[in-house]
Amino acid sequence: MSSTVFTAPPEWHWLVILYFFVGGLAGGCFFLAVLIDLFGGVDDRPLARLGYYVAFPAVVLSGLLLIADLRVPTRFWHMLIASNTLRPMFKTYSPMSLGSWALFVFGAFTLVAFLAALADAGRVPWRGLARLRPPGVVGVIIASVGGGFAFFVAGYTGVLLAVTNRPIWSDTPLLGLNFLASATSTSAALLILLAPRRWWTLPGLHALKRFDSIVLALELLAIVALVLSLGSMARAWLNVWGALLAVGVVGLGIVVPLVLHARARPVERDLTTPVAAVLVLLGGFLFRVVIVLSAQGIRA
Amino acid sequence: MPPAMGFFTDTTVCIGCKACEVACKEWNQLPAAHGGAGTLSGDSYDNTRRLDGIHWRHVKFVEQFTPDRGEGRWLLMSDVCKHCVRAGCLEVCPTGAIIRTEFDTVVIQSDVCNGCRDCIAACPFGVIEINPVSGTAQKCTLCYDRLQAGLEPACSKACPTASIRFGPIADLKTLAAARVEQLHGRGEPRAYLYGADEKVLGGLNAFFLLVDKPEVYGLPPDPKIPSRNLGPGSLWSVLGAVVIGLVGVFNFRSRRVRSDARPEREAA
Repeated sequence: MSSTVFTAPPEWHWLVILYFFVGGLAGGCFFLAVLIDLFGGVDDRPLARLGYYVAFPAVVLSGLLLIADLRVPTRFWHMLIASNTLRPMFKTYSPMSLGSWALFVFGAFTLVAFLAALADAGRVPWRGLARLRPPGVVGVIIASVGGGFAFFVAGYTGVLLAVTNRPIWSDTPLLGLNFLASATSTSAALLILLAPRRWWTLPGLHALKRFDSIVLALELLAIVALVLSLGSMARAWLNVWGALLAVGVVGLGIVVPLVLHARARPVERDLTTPVAAVLVLLGGFLFRVVIVLSAQGIRA
Repeated sequence: MPPAMGFFTDTTVCIGCKACEVACKEWNQLPAAHGGAGTLSGDSYDNTRRLDGIHWRHVKFVEQFTPDRGEGRWLLMSDVCKHCVRAGCLEVCPTGAIIRTEFDTVVIQSDVCNGCRDCIAACPFGVIEINPVSGTAQKCTLCYDRLQAGLEPACSKACPTASIRFGPIADLKTLAAARVEQLHGRGEPRAYLYGADEKVLGGLNAFFLLVDKPEVYGLPPDPKIPSRNLGPGSLWSVLGAVVIGLVGVFNFRSRRVRSDARPEREAA
């Protein structure tokens, strides 16, 4: 009998699941925006801006979800400041401590990028802010460092679950990798979905679609590796959770979108791309539902 | 500095009177479950069920009987926080609410905890849960307030059979080893100590004398520290980030190569 079944569930439910999903989108969208900014073509800049437009509100929502989930929400600041010494509270070996700081710092980067993107689009009067976006040196630095934090925010939640003693979560080291892949694929899907129809002919959007297909394939491999790495604990999924993982996450959320992406159609009649994007988002959400809830129902 | 203090619980002399549970509840002013309304678990004489935020001591009743109940035995154990030398809860706590005291015990400061519940998932023994009154994670403090006043914890003080022994860990280990030897000499070869050596999380400052497998008492056979996954989990994530990052770079770079030949075209 695995020793992990003797532990108690932390009662992390829908607020945490939503945070895992929205936080992943924040990190993923920012990361994709940086990629497009640094390596894409000049006509892809609107697509990059869309990523920054999503990342900042998503980070704000993430913080609110996390605070709402605390049993004593007024003490949310204890995550960052030691309440008895008022010194910074930072533990390098606690994923939740690292994540709190990462979310805080990443929030600052998303705000700067958000304002810079607005300025770049001429939606705010301070045109000088646009210099905080690539290709300027300061913009490249902000994008690169912020992109690093974005990756961290997208993936640390899986590591946080692994650094516990709960069944499934702590029985594999691959949750961080899976969450990262899922955050990236869902973010690409969200950007595709939010892109106005007149952008559908943009080569940048096709590149994003191609990127999403590759990441979905990687995600499929990561899920297979996850199940294999669980060993005998994978039997805990021989129930409705396993069915949801197989049908909802893998089938509807990965395989069907891959097939839809592979079917080329004329752009003006192409409904497969938005449908695929919705399915990817649904699959990514269900993946977090399965991971978070299935592990908490197990007791010795 | 005072020596490391703790509990040695000899389950072979526990009579299941629950005096420890009552003393703990009374001293620590822990609220009743279900507003004081009695509910029966149907699990032997155990209506406490498990350790949680308002039950810091829990007497387990294990009935081992043949189907006709002609032969059998009771296993009784007063369970409590183990005050691990390598404490998983203390490792993961992001607020610094969980501290190690001068007595080498592990205490949750209720005025610091914000109820994130990471410690609940990290504890290998399922000891910690939220106290619904305070909204904070709570567990046995090994009566830190009494220790500071030179008193022994309420539970061990109340135990009528000396099943729960309190004292310096070094003394308790000597006492426990002698007790195991005594039981072996009296024809109970199954007696052994759980958590007295450093193999279990660096040692448990609340360790037990058992006469059956740990899982029979609801104890994990091989409890582990949660940070064991921090390195491997992070490495796999970094590897994933590198692969996804490279896919993205090559994907969008090839776009740039093609689009550089065209004039700038803003679509928005």
